[in-house]
Amino acid sequence: MKVNGVNHPSPADARRLLSDHLRHELGLTGTHVGCEHGVCGCCTVLLDGAPVRSCLMLAVQAEGHDVTTIEGLARDDQALHPVQQAFHECHGLQCGFCTPGFVMSVVGLLAQHPSPSPQQIDEGIAGNLCRCTGYASIRRAVQRAAELSPSPHRGEGRGEGET
Amino acid sequence: MKPPPFEYHAPTTVEEAYALLGSLEDAKVLAGGQSLIPLLNFRLARPQHLVDINRIADLDRIYERDGGVAVQALARQAAVEDSELAARICPLLSAAVGLVAHRVIRNRGTVCGSLAHADAASELPAVLLALGGSVVVRSSRGERTIPAGQLFAGVFETTLAPDEMIVEAWFPALREPFAILEESRRHGDFALAGVVRAGPKLALFGVAPTPVLADPRDPARELQPSGDLEATPEFRMHLVRVLTERAFAA
Repeated sequence: MKVNGVNHPSPADARRLLSDHLRHELGLTGTHVGCEHGVCGCCTVLLDGAPVRSCLMLAVQAEGHDVTTIEGLARDDQALHPVQQAFHECHGLQCGFCTPGFVMSVVGLLAQHPSPSPQQIDEGIAGNLCRCTGYASIRRAVQRAAELSPSPHRGEGRGEGET
Repeated sequence: MKPPPFEYHAPTTVEEAYALLGSLEDAKVLAGGQSLIPLLNFRLARPQHLVDINRIADLDRIYERDGGVAVQALARQAAVEDSELAARICPLLSAAVGLVAHRVIRNRGTVCGSLAHADAASELPAVLLALGGSVVVRSSRGERTIPAGQLFAGVFETTLAPDEMIVEAWFPALREPFAILEESRRHGDFALAGVVRAGPKLALFGVAPTPVLADPRDPARELQPSGDLEATPEFRMHLVRVLTERAFAA
């Protein structure tokens, strides 16, 4: 299993959830665990680029696949990922517990809809629960993330100011 | 909340998968896992064996068959949602699959898995029933086709034998007016009640142990929905009447 570009040995126990494997075996505690039945969205990671719930997958199922966690979006010495930057700018978080899941879901949303409509934004974040912000600032952050993201629809070569 | 102990099997062919189902006692098929894994986490299901079919190649096709749309066992709901073929031949299926949970769940969840799980409050069993579709199941004893009307036996129960697995679902073409309407307390949650219109036909979900066909002129007749914290039986019957009226008003 490849996690954030690094190969890791197979999980020892088949009943280990991917979420627990990431946190307990690999020390990647940025993936948060909320409800453990797929409702809260906190544990969302990318599996081969598409967001999935890591609490609804066995770690053994990720063998042979690419997993990206919040730690893999931007290295410590690098600039923030556009979605992280947008959440930072728009104050799209308060306590931060739900934030890794939101960020990974929004990365998936923008891959699907590079310039999402307000309705597509609501649809895209509907599977993630936040108990602090009331979602208004998160919606703004998604819009801002779309502006910050290089998009095939707008042309990658153009400056960010043009959007 | 962690899965109880089980023995894990990851066959790479359909033949290997149904051979396992035929030889193992108390085995469950694991496809998308978006219903089964929560049940394991809650310890509501304790199968001795899990047969994970995700390593089987070429079982994720969505293709045209007999004028309808065939969806293989590993085709993810998101793939069906995005399928131009499905949208062209059976737009009701496209509309319905978009109502299943959330996109992140649909990235992993499968159409055939929803049918096999047979949750009476879920959309796809009712859609299959309204359309008069079917599923193809296989076992070491051979292959058979089960029409939707004979598939759903009770709460989370189908007429599949323990050694059988669904390899494909088939949704007939629909060019007549259609609608799928549901009411839930939270976006993406299971419906308190829902209706599917496929031309003149009506199927209801969330109001009986299985999806049921109903008369559009009197949809709540003979219904005895259960009541819970979220909705009384009367409220569910009311929803059925209102949603049916809206579905047939268009």
